This record gives sequence, structure tokens and C-alpha cells, in this order.
Amino acid sequence: MATDYTFPENAARAASAEPAEFETEKLSISMGPSHPATHGVLRLQLELDGETVVKCDPVIGYLHRGDEKIAENMTYNQFVPYTDRLDYLAPLANNVAYALAVERLARLELPPRCQAIRALICEMARVSSHLLGVGVYGMDTGAMTIFLVTFTEREKLYNLFEELTGARFTTSYTRIGGMSRDIPDGWLDRVLKFCEGVLPVIDEVDKLLTRNRIFLDRTEGVGVIPKDVAIAHGLTGANLRASGVAVDMRKDKPYLGYEQYDFDVPVGTKGDCYDRYLVRIEEMRQSVRLIRQIIATFPGGAWYCEDAKRIFAPKKDKILTSMEELIQNFMIVTEGPQMPAGEVYFEAENPKGVLGFFIHSKGGGVPYRLKIRSPSFSSLSVLPKVAVGAMVADLAAILGSLDFVMGECDR
Amino acid sequence: MDWLDLLIRVALGLVVISVVMGVCMYSVLAERKVSAWIQGRVGPNRTSLPIIAAIPVVGRFLTRLGIFQPLADGGKFLFKEDVIPAHVNKIYFVLAPIIAFVPALVTISVVPFGQYFDAAGAVKTLILANVDVGLLFIFAFASLGVYALVLSGWASNSKYPFLGGVRASAQLVSYELAMGLAVLPVFIWINGPGASGSLSLVRIVEAQHNWWFVLTQPLSALVFVIALFAETNRLPFDMPESETDLVGGYHTEYSSFKFGFFFVGEYANMTVGACVITLVFFGGWHPLPGFDWIEVAGMTGWAWLATGIPGALIAFATFAAKVVFFLFFFIWVRWTVPRFRYDQVMSIGWRRLLPLAIANLIVCALGIAAIDRFL
Repeated sequence: MATDYTFPENAARAASAEPAEFETEKLSISMGPSHPATHGVLRLQLELDGETVVKCDPVIGYLHRGDEKIAENMTYNQFVPYTDRLDYLAPLANNVAYALAVERLARLELPPRCQAIRALICEMARVSSHLLGVGVYGMDTGAMTIFLVTFTEREKLYNLFEELTGARFTTSYTRIGGMSRDIPDGWLDRVLKFCEGVLPVIDEVDKLLTRNRIFLDRTEGVGVIPKDVAIAHGLTGANLRASGVAVDMRKDKPYLGYEQYDFDVPVGTKGDCYDRYLVRIEEMRQSVRLIRQIIATFPGGAWYCEDAKRIFAPKKDKILTSMEELIQNFMIVTEGPQMPAGEVYFEAENPKGVLGFFIHSKGGGVPYRLKIRSPSFSSLSVLPKVAVGAMVADLAAILGSLDFVMGECDR
Repeated sequence: MDWLDLLIRVALGLVVISVVMGVCMYSVLAERKVSAWIQGRVGPNRTSLPIIAAIPVVGRFLTRLGIFQPLADGGKFLFKEDVIPAHVNKIYFVLAPIIAFVPALVTISVVPFGQYFDAAGAVKTLILANVDVGLLFIFAFASLGVYALVLSGWASNSKYPFLGGVRASAQLVSYELAMGLAVLPVFIWINGPGASGSLSLVRIVEAQHNWWFVLTQPLSALVFVIALFAETNRLPFDMPESETDLVGGYHTEYSSFKFGFFFVGEYANMTVGACVITLVFFGGWHPLPGFDWIEVAGMTGWAWLATGIPGALIAFATFAAKVVFFLFFFIWVRWTVPRFRYDQVMSIGWRRLLPLAIANLIVCALGIAAIDRFL
């Protein structure tokens, strides 16, 4: 990542901060991979002039597991749990994005109920991820209590996830062509109840931070990403929208029936840390609005593709009683869901940004090549430019506001 | 001074030190419990002693309160491995925690805890050493505390502690100015022209038997409180150890009891700070703002409450309650607001607080001169 570009305002700040009367020595310091501000295992190789950052080189790869290569060695369904571990703060949304990519390759049409379930869990994952993002961001600027306030709500979401999928953290809920199971009885009511509870908490965070003088001092005008730089670095999601670019895959290339729901895409003006915070707060409110609409119009019917005989495994009772279904289940488990040859690229609006899956298939149950376009990687790529001219303490705010996850960045 | 007198003084000194140490230990517990309360958690509620836990209701209640947690914390600090990294400057590395701790204990000797009339009607003050330069003594010793942070940052020979030490030296020196200027109006007020001057804390409290200085000089009190937060390294001014960017700041390389010294020293400073603000601006042991307690007690026929042992107990309880409130206030603020950035801390200190303190001093001086002349 090159650091040849300096921002006009940062350059001015650096110039005014340093009178050229005496020689100063740069301090090179390694921030991470185990450091409270780096959210996981990111390492920043910093060069400091006093407290001002002169150079910032992110060193990534500490969490590299070779997910893309792993995908080539297993069937499509077997890769679903690996997608949990990409953005491990929103595993449900990753599952959905991956399943949608594979289904697009297989040209499957999902039934409306399946689409609604998926849209619902995607929005819940967004609320969950943003709750943590905003909470950790508060902690990075020194407001510890925000983190615990939002984390309490997140626990309630995890209880709902546990009831739905059987797991709290790594959910692996989707299958190619459907879900692993239908939603439990009365679950939608409990989701609505959660929505009622989460809005006051978002308001509380709003009250504690949005007009807090210290928080404003720490975030306003810090880590400014102009529109053109944001686009050049492939920023997506809340980070891009905070810079004033209204790109949202749910609006621009609707999937999962997002076109039938009414929601707003919040957009920032300056692209500083404060705008990114505001955009996330508003996105949580919009997600709650979406959840309510989805539940109000929740369709009945099948929650999996009934005509996908070679892709979606049949029901368990049928497998145990009928020969045809037993063979079908056996083939799907041993050889994987059968895909046609071809290439597909699908990207979904995940909490952290646009998560894309490129799949090259030569037919059969295993992808020939699977490429993951991770939003956190792109978000981090802008760091060397944003960090120059900032103070050491600003780095914590910038890292918190970019809201990245190393599991996704390193893959 | 005969031997008995000396012995009594030493014993009193030991008592006060152990009380202050106890307050420090329990303010750590208070920090954990209050933060838990603010954040909707439970806090420490498991640690217990075998005999006390067996008492039916009380033992369970005390355990839930976490009352034995400080014992466990202290024991942990004692028995952990004491690592002295190979790259440190050993003398200063060992010296720093001592310097962090000692000034706080020294300053407590000039802090008065209460006052009462003995049987003969003479005024008795509960104090170890009634020094005439009380507050100056506190400032002088408290400012030694900065050496602990600078030395530990320097002696650790490591980059994060170094940054912490640099921040500490700049911050503490800057805020001492505003702090000193904030108490000057108080001294102008109590040392009238022609009278023999005194900086004694007892004298300051006696001057507040009717009106507390926070009511007559609110701006001085405000500047003093803000500067006190910076001087005791509490959030939002905890630059030297701000853990989200400097990991542990100046005490990153410390472990075991040396870290414990820094830790308890911070709370000892906080306790002394709470005592000083109570004494200088919040009326010390006087329970009622705006009324003279002794007169009120005399008028209502409860005069015995203001003299002898009950008088001493009420005075001490009032003082202790105020100190506990300020300790709570320190903790409350810490868990509510975010942290300033280093340059913002400096800019507040030099460009906001210092001019404010100077302006306040001038206005107060003019006001007091006007009162002296025309009233």
C-alpha cells in the first residue's frame, strides 16, 4: 500500500505543527498485532514525529487461513461454516451472501418465504454488527460504558439467533437452495419485541455520544475520506456512504426482494469519523424499520426450493421412508449440490460493506475457484492515506470508525 | 516534647496511614462496583472469607457487596511474579513506584479531618500536623508525583511507556498552574489586609463556617475540579495511561506489587484530591451551607451535638461523607465521558483553563478589594 498521497488539510496540519528550527528524529513504533485499538490482529508499523503519524503501514495476514483455497477442496454446502468466520460479527449475512452467489450460479428462484427469512436475518445481523461497531468505537474514544450498553442488546439478538439456528456465534444457517430449518413458532413476535427494546438503546447511545463535546472533538474532522478517494480505494458500505456516495446494493441491485420494502439510505457529507458514526446509528434505525416491514408482510409457503432436486437435500422423514429421497440425499451429501459450469459474481450489502463472491464452476459439487471480495480489506487500504498527519490517539478513533474485521480482511 | 507525646504521634500517624490505605483499597472496589452499576453489570460478588461466609444473612450480603475483594486483589499483587525486564534502568525502575506512592501518604498528614470543642471549650482539630503552609505543602508534595510517571516512562526503556511519560510530564505541569491560580482567590479572601497571613487548611475551613467557598467563588471551584481531574490522571484526562492508544502507558512494563503501587497510588492521590476539594471549597466539616452549624445547634437546643465527642463525630462524619461523594464523583465521570486527545488536553489547559483562572483571580481580587473598601 503506497503512501505517496497526502491530504491537503493533513499536509497543512503537519506543516503548521512542525517549526523547522531543530532536527527531530522519527520514532518508529509497532502498533499491534496485539493491541487494544486494532480490533483483532492488525499490526500498524508507525513512524511518529512526536505524537503525529508520519507514516502508517498496515501489516495484515495474521488471521490468514486460506479460505479461498479451502473452498476449492470441499462441496458448496461444506463451505457455509467457513463463511461464518469471515465477518464473524455478522455470520448470518455472510451465509446469505454466499448462498445467493451459488444459487445465482445454479439459476435457482427462491420462494418468497425463504427470501423473507434471509432478508430478516440479514437486517438482524446488520443491527448486531453495528451495535458492536458503535460500542467498540465508543470504547476506542474512551467511553467504556457505551460498549456495555450496546453489548447487552447484542446478547438479546444472540438469544434470538440461538433459538433460530442452534448457535449463538457461528450460525451456518443457510443451505444452497434454502435454509437449514424453518423459523420456530412465535419467533417473529420475539424479534418484534427486540425491535421495541433496541430503539430506546440506540437513542440512549445517541444521547451519550452524538452531542457530547469530547466525542465531537475526537471525531469531527478526523480521518476525513473525500468522495474520490473513497471510490478509488473501493470503500463500500457505511464507510463509502459517510463520504457522500449513496451506493447501497439493496437499492441499486435489489436482491431478496428488498425492492418491495421502504427504507432510506443515510449518506454523510464530510466523510470524517463522526459521519461514519452517524451513518451507522441511522442504519440501525433503518434496519429496525426494515425488520418490521418484513415481519408485517411475512409470506407463507415453502422455505426452500422444492424443484431443486439435485441441490437441496430432502426432508428427513422422507429420507427415512422413501428410496428416491434416500438416494437424492446420499448424492448431495457425498458429491455436493450439482452446479452447472459457468462463472458468477454476486455481491451483497453486508454490515461492513459489499461482500462479493466470485465463483468459477466447471460443473459438479465443488467450485473450481472461489474469490471473496471482502469490504474490510478495502476499508483498511485507505488507512495509510488517512492516518498521515493524525495523532496517535486519532488512530484509535479512525480504526474504530472504519469498523473492519480482520477475519474478513485476511480471509 | 516528651517520649509519650512522640509515641502517640507515631501511633496516630500509623492509624491515619492505615485508614487512608483502607480508603484506597475500597475506592478500587467502589470503582468496580460503581462502574458495574453504571454499565448494568454486577461487579465483584464472589470473593469471601471462610468464616464470614458461614454467617447466615450478613456473610452472604457482605460477599455480594464484594467487601473482601480488596483483600484478594492485594494478595494477588503480592504473590504475582515480579518481572523486571532486562532492558530497563533498574534503579529508576524500582524508584518510580515508590515515588508514585509516598507523596500521597505524606500529604495526608496536613489534612484536617474535623474539629470540636473539648470540655474546657478550647478548639481541637483532628489533624496530624497543623502546618501553617498546609495547602502549599500539599501542592509541593503532590507535584513530586509527576516524577513517578516520568521516571517509570523513561526507565522502562520501551516506546509506549516513553510516550506515556512524555504526556504525563507535559500534562501535569500544565494543569498545576491553573490549579494554583484557582485557590489564590480563596487565600486573598481569608487573609485580610493587615492580618497575619496563613495558608493553613484549618484556617480555610474555619473561614467557611457560614458560606462555603463554592457558593462565593464558583468559578474557582470549577477550575480547581477540572485541574484536579487532570492532576490525578482520571478520565477524561488520563493521557499518560490511555489504554486504547498507549496500551498501559507508563506502567506497561510493570507487574506484581510495583504495578500495585502505581495502582493504589492513583487512588491515594484521588483520595487526597477529594479531601482537598472538600476542605478548600466545600466547607470541610461544616454540615450546612449558608448556616453556622454551631449557632443553629445552639438555637434549637441541641448544643451538645456541636461539642465534645458528638461534635467531633458529626464533624468527622460530615467530612467523610463529602470525601466519599467526591470519590464517587470521580468514578462517575470516568465511566460516563469519552477521553480527550493529548493535544486537546494541552489546549484546554493552556488556552481555556489558564486564562479563565487568571480572569477569575482578577475579578475576585477586585471584588474583595471593593468589599474591603466599601462594606
